[in-house]
Amino acid sequence: MIHSFLVVGLTLNCAGAENWVDNRTVYIGHKEPPPGAEAYIPQRYPDNRIVSSKYTFWNFVPKNLFEQFRRIANFYFLVIFLVQLIIDTPTSPITSGLPLFFVITVTAIKQGYEDWLRHKADCSINESPVDVVQQGKVVRTQSYKLRVGDVVVVREDETFPCDLIFLSSSRHDGTCYVTTTSLDGESSHKTYYAVPDTMAFRTEQEVGSLHATIECEQPQPDLYNCTVHIEVIDVCVFILSYRPLGAENLLLRGATSMNAFLIVYLCILISKAVINTVLKYAWQWSPDRDEPWYNHRTEIEVIRAFTDFLAFMMQKFLGSYFITWDEEMYDEELGEGAQVNTSDLNEELGQVEYVFTDKTGTLTENNMEFIECCVDGNVYIPHAICNGQILSAEHEDLFFRALCLCHTVQVKEEETVDGIKRGIHQGKPTSFYISSSPDEVALVEGMKRLGYTYLGLKDNYMEILNKDDEIERFELLHVLNFDSVRRRMSVIVKSREYLLFCKGADSSIFPRVVSGKLEQVKARVELNAVEGLRTLCVAYRSLSESEYVEACHHLTEAKLALQDREQRLAQAYDIIERDFVLLGATAVEDRLQEKAADTIESLHKAGMKVWVLTGDKMETAAATCYASKLFRRTTQILELTKKRTEEQSLHDVMFELNRTVLSNRSLKILIQQLSVDCLDFGLIIDGATLSAVLKPNADGSGHRNYREIFLEICRNCSAVLCCRMAPLQKAQIVKLIKASKEHPITLAIGDGANDVSMILEAHVGIGIMGKEGRQAARNSDYAIPKFKHLKKILLVHGHYYYIRIAELVQYFFYKNVCFIFPQFLYQFFCGFSQQPLYDTAYLTLYNISFTSLPILLYSLVEKHVTMETLKRDPSLYRDIAKNSLLRWPVFLYWTCLGVFDAVVFFFGAYFLFDNTTFTSNGQMFGNWTFGTLVFTVLVFTVTLKLALDTHHWTWINHFVIWGSLLFYVIFSLLWGGIIWPFLNYQRMYYVFMQMLSSGPAWLSIILLITVSLLPDVIKKVLCRAVCPTATERAQVSLSQYFEM
Amino acid sequence: MMASSYNAKEEDGHHSGSASHGGAAVVKSKKPDNTAFKQQRLPAWQPILTAGTVLPAFFVIGLIFIPIGIGLYVTSNNIKEFEIDYTGVDMNSACYSCAKNFSWNSTTSCLCTVDFTLEQPFESNVFMYYGLSNFYQNHRRYVKSRDDSQLNGDMSALTNPSKECEPYRMSEGLPIAPCGAIANSLFNDTLKLYYLEANGTRNEIPLVKKGIAWWTDKHVKFRNPGGNANLTAVFQATSKPVNWRNPVYELDQDPENNGFINEDFIVWMRTAALPTFRKLYRIIQKKSSTMPTLPSGKYVLDITYNYPVLSFDGRKRMILSTISWMGGKNPFLGIAYITVGSICFFLGVVLLIIHHKYDTRSTGADIPN
Repeated sequence: MIHSFLVVGLTLNCAGAENWVDNRTVYIGHKEPPPGAEAYIPQRYPDNRIVSSKYTFWNFVPKNLFEQFRRIANFYFLVIFLVQLIIDTPTSPITSGLPLFFVITVTAIKQGYEDWLRHKADCSINESPVDVVQQGKVVRTQSYKLRVGDVVVVREDETFPCDLIFLSSSRHDGTCYVTTTSLDGESSHKTYYAVPDTMAFRTEQEVGSLHATIECEQPQPDLYNCTVHIEVIDVCVFILSYRPLGAENLLLRGATSMNAFLIVYLCILISKAVINTVLKYAWQWSPDRDEPWYNHRTEIEVIRAFTDFLAFMMQKFLGSYFITWDEEMYDEELGEGAQVNTSDLNEELGQVEYVFTDKTGTLTENNMEFIECCVDGNVYIPHAICNGQILSAEHEDLFFRALCLCHTVQVKEEETVDGIKRGIHQGKPTSFYISSSPDEVALVEGMKRLGYTYLGLKDNYMEILNKDDEIERFELLHVLNFDSVRRRMSVIVKSREYLLFCKGADSSIFPRVVSGKLEQVKARVELNAVEGLRTLCVAYRSLSESEYVEACHHLTEAKLALQDREQRLAQAYDIIERDFVLLGATAVEDRLQEKAADTIESLHKAGMKVWVLTGDKMETAAATCYASKLFRRTTQILELTKKRTEEQSLHDVMFELNRTVLSNRSLKILIQQLSVDCLDFGLIIDGATLSAVLKPNADGSGHRNYREIFLEICRNCSAVLCCRMAPLQKAQIVKLIKASKEHPITLAIGDGANDVSMILEAHVGIGIMGKEGRQAARNSDYAIPKFKHLKKILLVHGHYYYIRIAELVQYFFYKNVCFIFPQFLYQFFCGFSQQPLYDTAYLTLYNISFTSLPILLYSLVEKHVTMETLKRDPSLYRDIAKNSLLRWPVFLYWTCLGVFDAVVFFFGAYFLFDNTTFTSNGQMFGNWTFGTLVFTVLVFTVTLKLALDTHHWTWINHFVIWGSLLFYVIFSLLWGGIIWPFLNYQRMYYVFMQMLSSGPAWLSIILLITVSLLPDVIKKVLCRAVCPTATERAQVSLSQYFEM
Repeated sequence: MMASSYNAKEEDGHHSGSASHGGAAVVKSKKPDNTAFKQQRLPAWQPILTAGTVLPAFFVIGLIFIPIGIGLYVTSNNIKEFEIDYTGVDMNSACYSCAKNFSWNSTTSCLCTVDFTLEQPFESNVFMYYGLSNFYQNHRRYVKSRDDSQLNGDMSALTNPSKECEPYRMSEGLPIAPCGAIANSLFNDTLKLYYLEANGTRNEIPLVKKGIAWWTDKHVKFRNPGGNANLTAVFQATSKPVNWRNPVYELDQDPENNGFINEDFIVWMRTAALPTFRKLYRIIQKKSSTMPTLPSGKYVLDITYNYPVLSFDGRKRMILSTISWMGGKNPFLGIAYITVGSICFFLGVVLLIIHHKYDTRSTGADIPN
């Protein structure tokens, strides 16, 4: 059986929609309006081409260059290069510009290749075949050739090529089932109805002959609020293809901390150059000391900066392997471990303040399961069903029948079905239940396991196979559909008598119940709700003939109403759905992902704010939030939903909530000693209200106000639930938080294509390799198999990466201050002539080989506390929150330490050299020995300083730290050991050996190293003793544990 | 087995996903290796700097440094040093006229004599230094203005010196040997020391001019082109540095100390680190074990005043100093050692108090946890 849908194509993918008129009129099949109608103004629509590639052949070079130089690192090198171009340097700027050129070219080639792949992918989508009805015939064409107004034929299991209006289907009732997995992540089938006027069209000819116009709004990002009029008739509209945001915003997000470091570094370089120049000019004031004013050191700066940068890149690149290698993040079932798509963001993982998570498929398994039902207080569990149990027979039968009848589940008989996993009989592939609500499927399946099988709807009779293998038939008279305001649905059926079955949320059923064991059921429902199960209550009402006729009358009247139909229907439902007899309650579980609750709890403890963004209904989402411990029982829930804003104005609600939050905060300050748990806030907001909050108001100033208030409320909520979110709204929320004044680091995690926009928007995007395709994983920065792995990737890997990169950055700074500052001081003693203190080999190799490996290794393997401690105690994450290791005080400390050490090195050597000899044969040392002495102390000090900072000494650390010191000594011996034939100077010849042959040199090296390290040791010890951080306490307790 | 079957499933499920993780990864199992390194579980020593662990180190450093410091200080104090400024700035000083009337063009040397008295005898070997002040031998352009290949005896560098030597590279069309600003500014005062006996006779003290330069410099780094014989011929096609009186092959009579391997020259070529420096000039060897090398008494210093320093406000000094194992007189190191040792000791005491105070507190606080 092939479903073929005849649909009008209506592309909605144009940009710049604001400039256009509010509505667009579309002529189906591009047929001109009849001559009598108003003047037809042809509108230009963009074609249906999908462009995900960034460049074209023509704009590649300029655009790519621009993108590349927007990266701070490249810009930094560009500035250096330009400085060299402007200042006349001894070396040609081309040689120093070469690394930059190389990097730029390689990146450009890589990006060009990737873009070419994207072009190819686009091409294959754009050229995918589409059937279009033209002049009554089906014509095959390419997807990109679709125009607005085309009539498109879509067959079963095809993807919609564009946004469509549903005209007709091959099913007689004009319905079709659509999965919107790529839209909102829900894999359940949704039923859509064709436009009534065109529902009857069966053949291409009929559709081809259709004359109609469609009036609709201009494209807008809000998925669920789109109104379309087709010839005055309201239609249900669905938009079926959603294109994720372009990847533009991917580019500029480097790690903020490192950018700051580079900028500071650049500033220091520039200011140093300025100081040097000024000093030199001051020195040259006297006329006979002429000196070319160029700065030959720029090239060395470039080399140094380049090696630093290389180390950063290496650290990030190699460091990310630990995530991919992590065995704990390997999922046996999926056969995959974590993936790292961007290595730029490793340390941001340690800085996350806001976690935005998708619900379906991320927090939950997206797998409903019937857990139990309770009839009049007796609990039935499918697995442990006891057949001999005698219960109040009437209610039990009614209850099970109610559940078998009161739903909109359809039975789909199919041999092979993709996408739906549940068969009626697991072994026998015969029929499947499909429904827009996975809960209903779960319920009907649950009933099956309890002995009542729903067989389907035949000629308006619902058939049930009961426990005794008898088929019962009920005539389906009316379906009172579910809506989120009523929060219940009903069916009216007739067997021997007229029966109305209703199921719905407890809050909407209980007030209408007149008899039944209310107390017992209520207790059970509450118990289940606390466990995070989705509960529904079931009730019935038997109708007399007259009552039924009256009900029918109400319903038909309401359905036929032309105005306020919704409202009148609601009134009719209200009249009919009353005087219930309570039957019982059910509990369905949307199984949470393994350890989801534990993970969320850990994230909370680590000081992160967790937001759940979902396209789901509020009730469902809220239940999940309770189950996953996002909301605890003590959490005070603030609601900002459409329901509430309809009662009060948005303004009032916002201000009221804000007042609550603020008053409680002041209260919190008052009773800080008490447990603060009881003052937790959770916010629930839905998509409609959110767009109202974010929508620019007519009066201009108002919306900013709302936005601020909203942020203020959010700031005080530990957990926020956003339901009924469109994919773009998810991104909007992330953007809103990102742009708030604290500029917190945000993380978005999701599994489906609907999460791609927020994954791209957030600082850190994490994709879950879920069942719903790879879109999210491919667009993310990190892909993990399960939600629970978030805990490890943030609390362990993120924490490690952060402390590693923090040390790396600060240490780089420190060691360069130690290195450069003696040079600077030396200028005061050599007439500001830029005489290098150290030999060229030392200048070049200092950052490349003498001091680079230990810090690189440190930044790869350092573990200041064990993994177990980090996992056990998530609050340690708070110690590094808000970039605490890269803030100005810490930075200042490192700088001061660097300057102090540099002063010690320089003046230590200075006083030693001051006008005396320190050899026992009276011979004198020259300036190169002076420099070598300083340099030796420097290399040893910075290496030992790192050794002091290392908390985790593996054999590699020992090897690298002592090895690099040994390498320095051996290199120096070798470098000064022979006359190097290729060098035009031999200034280092025997300098190092001569220095080592002198006793005082040894003594002063030891002394200077000790003095340089002393302040840092004292600071460390004092800080630890006087005000230890949580991390330091954890370290100590750990070591005590080992000692015991 | 299991892994490979998963991979097969993976392959047909996600055709485009595999592009991101390379062909090789698809073939082998994706399960990460359970090695200690990859799982970041390498066995490690985890030291923590606490007051308790650092305490002993501080005391040990204090206990070691203070004696060393005292030793260094005492040694430094036992060294005798005498210094005399003969620049001739002052009207009353002996060399005033020489300094005042200095002219680059004069062919005759100006002689002056400075008297001084040693209050204490200098017992062991005495080292005679000349010292210069405000002389920036460490200026960048000065430091690089030399050609090490030429000084190493390279014939091609002799005739075609390095560009670094500019503007002291060529003179009157001939290459300068030794080229460069350092060589050009060679210190060329001659100092002679006499002991003035009680009867007024001047007793010349023998000054040894060998062993003042580094052995490696003298024997390896500096070499005469074409060996030490017949220097005149070798340097024939070269010109003497512009400020020199004599060409390089007339620096000394001794062929082992002439040309580039002249020790005074080598000493000068090792540029000083700081603008105030001293360089070893001569060594006065101890003669006998009974007599001091320089007994206390009056001395006369004869100076051939060739080296002008007043133009850049420089000063010239003559220094006599004895030497210990730790070199010349330098109280800095000893004092520094004593200071650092004391500080460490003091900090050790402070830390002991802190350790005692906070450790009890923190363990007390830990118990409820």
